[in-house]
Amino acid sequence: MSDTKTFVYMNRKAPYGTVYALESLEVVLIGAAFEQNVKLVFMDDGVYQLTKNQDTDGIGMKNFSKTYSALGDYDVNQIYVCEQSLKDRGLTLDDLQELTYEDEDDDWAEKSSIHLVSRDQIAEIVGSADVLLNF
Amino acid sequence: MPLEVNGKTYETDEEGYLANLNDWTPEVAEALAAADGETLTDNHWEVINFLREYYEEYQIAPAVRVLTKAIGKKLGKDKGNSKYLYELFPYGPAKQACKYAGLPKPTGCV
Repeated sequence: MSDTKTFVYMNRKAPYGTVYALESLEVVLIGAAFEQNVKLVFMDDGVYQLTKNQDTDGIGMKNFSKTYSALGDYDVNQIYVCEQSLKDRGLTLDDLQELTYEDEDDDWAEKSSIHLVSRDQIAEIVGSADVLLNF
Repeated sequence: MPLEVNGKTYETDEEGYLANLNDWTPEVAEALAAADGETLTDNHWEVINFLREYYEEYQIAPAVRVLTKAIGKKLGKDKGNSKYLYELFPYGPAKQACKYAGLPKPTGCV
């Protein structure tokens, strides 16, 4: 497609307590049908959205964290996580789910979608956006 | 309109989708199909069972593009194409198969 745009989704809030995280995920999944260049950024409390072993039994909400691992199927495979935000919360990459995709151009090899980035790199990603959506 | 199967009543929404995911049984699937004038074959069941497994794993019903690709991978190329899936589910594979599988309407393009 000639008029592909870069969509950047900023995710900065904890997964539960507000509807932002779930709404963002749904917009990403719906928008994936348009085959645009999609980048997801997780920073501040948004990094909690990708943590492993979430359990929502006590709060009566659907545990939608499993849905992030479907993003690869939707060709959403540019996921940027703020390294400093992880560090500030005592988290590391090992605390996050493994999110992968199959690279069509490399014999369908399974690759990680997650990239740890600095705040400067996030600024560059935001700068590259044609459309910026904040959640 | 509520759906009745073997004397039990199941709540559905205005488009006939099951209101409660946990209500689903294979008999309910047969009844949902019968309400549309369809009879489920083994080929239908392959797709329905696939969707239920997908939902169990990812907590969503896949968009039709994702479904088609995934079916092709699991059941073979001759089944992972729109033509085959539309023949089975003429009202749209994602929409109609999800209905019989007792899942909510797919997120994204159906």
